[in-house]
Amino acid sequence: MQYEAVIGLEIHVQIKTRTKMFTAAPYEYGAAPNTLTDAVVLGLPGTLPVLNHTAIEKCAKLGLMLGCEIAEVCKWDRKNYFYPDSPKNYQLTQNEEPLCIGGKVEIELPGPSRNVEGEHRWVALNRIHLEEDPGKLTHEAFETVIDFNRAGVPLAEIVTEPDMSSSTEAVAFLNCLRNMIVYAGISDCDMEKGQMRCDANVSLRPVGSDKLGTRTEMKNLNSISNVKAAIEYEIERQTEILEEGGSITQETRRWDVESGTSFSLRSKEEAHDYRYFPDPDLMPVQMDRARVAELEAELPERPLDKQRRYQEELGLPFTITSVLCVDRELSEFFEEALKTHNAPKQIANYITNDLLRELSAVSEHGESAHSVGQSKLTPAHIATLAKIIDEGVISKQIGKEVFTEMFATGEMPDAIVEKKGLKQSNDTGEIEALCREAIAGNAKAVGQYKDGNEKALNALKGPVMKATKGKANPAMLDQLLKKLIDEGE
Amino acid sequence: MSDLHFKTISELAAMLAAGETTSVEITQAVIDRTAAVDAQVKAFLSTDAEDALAQAKASDERRAAGKALGPLDGIPIGIKDTLAVKDQPLRCASKMLENYVSPFDATCIVKLREAGAVIWGRLNMDEFAMGSSTENSAYQTTANPWDLETIPGGSSGGSAAAMAAGEAIATLGTDTGGSIRQPAALCGVVGMKPTYGLISRYGLVAFASSLDQVGPFARTVEDAAILMEAMLGKDDLDSTSIAPQGETNYAAALKEKKGPWKLGVPQEFFGEGIDPEVKANIEKAIDWYKSQGCEIVDISLPHSELAVPVYYIVATAEASSNLARFDGVRYSHRSEEAKDAMALFTKSRGEGFGDEVKRRIILGTYVLSSGYYDAYYLRAQKVRRLILGDFEKAFEQVDAILTPTSPTPAFKRGERADDPLAMYLSDVYTISVNLAGLPAISVPSGFTESGLPIGLQVIGKAFGEADMFAVANAFEKAHDYAQQTPKL
Repeated sequence: MQYEAVIGLEIHVQIKTRTKMFTAAPYEYGAAPNTLTDAVVLGLPGTLPVLNHTAIEKCAKLGLMLGCEIAEVCKWDRKNYFYPDSPKNYQLTQNEEPLCIGGKVEIELPGPSRNVEGEHRWVALNRIHLEEDPGKLTHEAFETVIDFNRAGVPLAEIVTEPDMSSSTEAVAFLNCLRNMIVYAGISDCDMEKGQMRCDANVSLRPVGSDKLGTRTEMKNLNSISNVKAAIEYEIERQTEILEEGGSITQETRRWDVESGTSFSLRSKEEAHDYRYFPDPDLMPVQMDRARVAELEAELPERPLDKQRRYQEELGLPFTITSVLCVDRELSEFFEEALKTHNAPKQIANYITNDLLRELSAVSEHGESAHSVGQSKLTPAHIATLAKIIDEGVISKQIGKEVFTEMFATGEMPDAIVEKKGLKQSNDTGEIEALCREAIAGNAKAVGQYKDGNEKALNALKGPVMKATKGKANPAMLDQLLKKLIDEGE
Repeated sequence: MSDLHFKTISELAAMLAAGETTSVEITQAVIDRTAAVDAQVKAFLSTDAEDALAQAKASDERRAAGKALGPLDGIPIGIKDTLAVKDQPLRCASKMLENYVSPFDATCIVKLREAGAVIWGRLNMDEFAMGSSTENSAYQTTANPWDLETIPGGSSGGSAAAMAAGEAIATLGTDTGGSIRQPAALCGVVGMKPTYGLISRYGLVAFASSLDQVGPFARTVEDAAILMEAMLGKDDLDSTSIAPQGETNYAAALKEKKGPWKLGVPQEFFGEGIDPEVKANIEKAIDWYKSQGCEIVDISLPHSELAVPVYYIVATAEASSNLARFDGVRYSHRSEEAKDAMALFTKSRGEGFGDEVKRRIILGTYVLSSGYYDAYYLRAQKVRRLILGDFEKAFEQVDAILTPTSPTPAFKRGERADDPLAMYLSDVYTISVNLAGLPAISVPSGFTESGLPIGLQVIGKAFGEADMFAVANAFEKAHDYAQQTPKL
């Protein structure tokens, strides 16, 4: 029998806020252990939670970005379980009435090659709810230590429907989701820093069946490659069991990165009874509709919408839009530049080729990864450069030199051209004289050109460019050479 | 200056204002009285005389500089061991928190300090406020100063006994199902539970969050009103606290002529289980109101018979979760026996909690368990709304409701210790008030033949503290029960 996989994901995303979910203690990644706590974080006797409204708004924004309905009222529940990383031994979460309901995320599957756009489809979401992050346990040789810095950080749990059927789709989903969340400024989604974490539910069913099989839940997937490997492993594991006539046990499994395998953590019978009940310390949150509308208006254009627009309205190819649209800062830089000089292709080329190349070169020289915002270039630099090339002030060739110079110094391109005297030479007399010299000195190339080899002209252009230090207007040079050779016949 | 320790806040405030005494003198009188009688009463778990005298000195200096803060400035107030006071032990009378010292003040303590009060000692209670006799303390059993063989009530038994014995000018307690009013009645003092949300719960170690309230014990209704005014208000640290509505100048309002009122008497509160002497006493109190021109209205609170079971579902469910944080990991008792995380939890909790706390955690865990939640917790919450509905209906006709505070006077030590159900019925008249979130006060209404105090409970409308105080105050002013003190 042929089986198909049914995959659902639960993604935890740390929401970027100045303070924690239920107290004014600050949070940042990488601080010394247990320095970002207070009486509420540690659950000291007599403390009470107080809601961080920024976390609510950011989560609502996340929901709007992902097409969810924002609840009229959301409520808080306690999820009760004993674990040393949980200061209160219950987690404040939204079980019954979550903030965001439903939703769907457009994903882009990989194309047949890197340069070819893949298929798009939608993955349905079940809900997004808010909860507090627990602390972090580190198991050392003979002891386990706890860091409560992370405890109480606002965490959005995005729950998909069982709506994916391969690890490829799951990976595409996670990449698109991450782009959208980063775009909206809700989280940096750095999986290495635990800002985004994923659990995967996997089940199999005979191809064509619409009944869901028994699922397993895979925990501890802390990178996209882990998600991919764990799903593939689980599909294979379940397939083998089913093919041997066995049945799948509903259980929670833990992915082990080292061995590339998973093992059972607990079965359904051993599953926690979380004894959810409404938290009596927090009031239900009424979502102000006017505020929700404001948040919706503040949303950035979704990355794939932007990609579509660039392709359809600006005529840019996928190879360029896929680079431009992954990074909101880059695409905004691009659009800003268009305001100065409306030449999408030229500007997009400068950004995706020259600018990114220079930025990555800086990063490779041991400095921290450079983003557009950190470079000395503004959209006006790129736009001006494209403009003076289009206006024939300098050649494309000289443009490259100007780019390197302005990237290093931050000077405007027209100032560099002026200072270095790089203006294209349009002096017909001087160039004509040089052309005559070149034609006279290279009969072979002239011959080849006459035989129909256009490229042979390049051998004649070289000495002229050299003599003019590259400032000869290439178009003019081209015309002149052709004219002189034709006349000489 | 004799018997400073038995004076009221308003009397002492007048004396302080007139320069007839000092806060140091009052505080010293309370410290001396405690030293003299607490070996018998055992109201305090710990005291810090040096700290109290330092606060008193600061109060006197403030006053000398012309910067006295109001009627509470310089008044020593005893604190129940479930309210956090910075740098003082906060043990909730439990072994679980034997070595715990709070790093912060509860909001009510902050407010009392802002009013100049002298924060004094840690008062005994039932462990984690679970009980009605203060016998569940892990440290000591407090005696009722009126008869040392009897219990002072609970869970705020230390707070009530300290008042009766003159070991503080006022005290704070907490009331989840009657834990202020019942011991106040049994010890012959005034005890009051405010409308839910009126006083911040920040710094009150939660037992049952949707029921817990901080409240005062005082010698008079007026003193209770003064304390309430100082402590009430919306607090940014407690999302369930509410800005007061209506009249909040309680003490000043008591000086105005009020009444006669329409007063409701629920027949359900005079049936089975009430001690005949208590019944006769409360009926006499009701007659007094009638004699003053009040209209007495028979009302019905039909769901009140369900209050005790509903309470023991809601309160234990919340408690089972609230007390989960005491796990041996961070600050609470840690078992030396544990070899892994799960054993650390189970052994630390097994050793740290007393029997009644364990009983309630188990009960609360059960009612929240999958498969039982709907039948118990959810259903109890529905009945809770019906109980509130009964009160709302009654308050359409009446200004306040009169009931006994406790079905019996103080009982003998150990008498109900092995019978949890009998103990739970001690709060049968007070519990429904917590479930409905209403204010209520117990005022001394006389004594049994054997000399044990009896209390009259006046239940007010939500945020109707001013009227509730006025009704109680009228009775108190016409009788001398509040002035009587036990022989120790």
